[in-house]
Amino acid sequence: MTELKHTPLNAVHRALNARMVDFGGWDMPVNYGSQIDEHHAVRSDAGMFDVSHMCVVDFTGARARAFFEYALANNVGKLRTPGRALYSCMLNERGGVIDDLIVYFFSDECFRVVVNAGTAEKDIAWFNHLNAERGFGVTITPRRDFAIVAVQGPNARAKVWHVLPSARSATEPLKPFNAARVSDAAFGDLTIARTGYTGEDGFEIIVPAQHVAALWQALQAAGVRPCGLGARDTLRLEAGMNLYGQDMDEDVSPLDAGLAWTVDLTAPREFVGRAALEQNGTRSDFVGLILQKEDGKAGGVLRAHQTVVTPHGEGEITSGTFSPSMQESIAFARVPKGVTPGDLVQVQIRGKALPASVVKLPFVRNGKVLAA
Amino acid sequence: MSNVPADLKYTEEHEWVRAEADGTVTVGITDHAQETLGDIVFLVLPAVGKSFTVGDAVGVVESVKAASDIYAPVSGEIVAVNEALVDTPDAVNQDAYASWLFKVKLGTGAALDTLLDADGYQKLVG
Repeated sequence: MTELKHTPLNAVHRALNARMVDFGGWDMPVNYGSQIDEHHAVRSDAGMFDVSHMCVVDFTGARARAFFEYALANNVGKLRTPGRALYSCMLNERGGVIDDLIVYFFSDECFRVVVNAGTAEKDIAWFNHLNAERGFGVTITPRRDFAIVAVQGPNARAKVWHVLPSARSATEPLKPFNAARVSDAAFGDLTIARTGYTGEDGFEIIVPAQHVAALWQALQAAGVRPCGLGARDTLRLEAGMNLYGQDMDEDVSPLDAGLAWTVDLTAPREFVGRAALEQNGTRSDFVGLILQKEDGKAGGVLRAHQTVVTPHGEGEITSGTFSPSMQESIAFARVPKGVTPGDLVQVQIRGKALPASVVKLPFVRNGKVLAA
Repeated sequence: MSNVPADLKYTEEHEWVRAEADGTVTVGITDHAQETLGDIVFLVLPAVGKSFTVGDAVGVVESVKAASDIYAPVSGEIVAVNEALVDTPDAVNQDAYASWLFKVKLGTGAALDTLLDADGYQKLVG
């Protein structure tokens, strides 16, 4: 039996009595008692997630920018200010999604990427393949010497500044999707980005692995609540954010996964998968669903792979859950074209057809419920 | 380490069973079950008057992350259901042994001796 991988915070999670699970080969905390309480802490105050299982990869070289112009569906041409970040899919030749990731621009010769944990090996192999195939000559360095803590919620940034007062002047002016690199006496060289996967404000902090436990303890002492993968999933679903491997994968085009906004076809830029996207176009709609109550009672919980019956044909739920902020069951679904927000559809749950209404994503943003 | 009261019986599907003086049994899910499931958000309980054979799926308990069937621990007829729990399913997480799900009148020949005792269940969940 292969041993599960540990982040540098593994002992800390266990000391906090976290319920641990195998997440893609990593021993990770799913909750520290109640994922619903943790969810509410992020929406109302500040919570933190150990996301050190994700992988930081550094790229240096004269042609680093050109490498990303070719490798990514979104356009790094948008990144001109040092510290600016971009969310993008990386596609294969069939237009399917290899992974979704965030790329940070520091200079034309220096970019940093954060990729998903379960796809890191595959992504690094793909980066190396493209680099060799096209002769970009970029130096590609996976940074497993880093850990990452995501601090999220309306009070997240204030609490981070309480723990990292030296970082405040560099990070307070940061707009969303921008990062700053700071040197802290206690915690080392940090990259602090105003990004996140919850729909709330906050910072994701890349920190040297040897300092992450101390940083975590300091944040907890400052009133940031430890939160696990369970809360991470309900938060990201409410926020309308995709999960790789569920909402899209190598056989799914970003155009069919609600990610057309991350694909830049405006300029005549050659990138891997472009031809397939232009040939296939959008073949499905990607919508939000809210399970309707009958006699004030919900009939179940929407979950991945349940069949959705619409007037335009059948579709499938890709991600579903119970939303703690809305107190309803919500889901993302890939459905035939023509399904529109406001439509009523049926979801097959345990042999019954339950009604659900179609809504535009996201469901919740900055603590407010948008969808009804 | 979950709580396993000594005076109850248990099934391998993580239900607890309490024999009542009037010949019925009360059924719920164990502390281990609620811990594994996480925050419970939805319950489907059987209908009063329905009869089941031991091992039949009689209901569902759903947490945020998973749905789990509830099975009949003994053969018999459902004589009571904890309707109030359906509106506050998270009570099961707060106290699994106080949150009974349903009561069964034992069918003829039905017995409790095939159920696990507290030691047997403790060994199962470690």
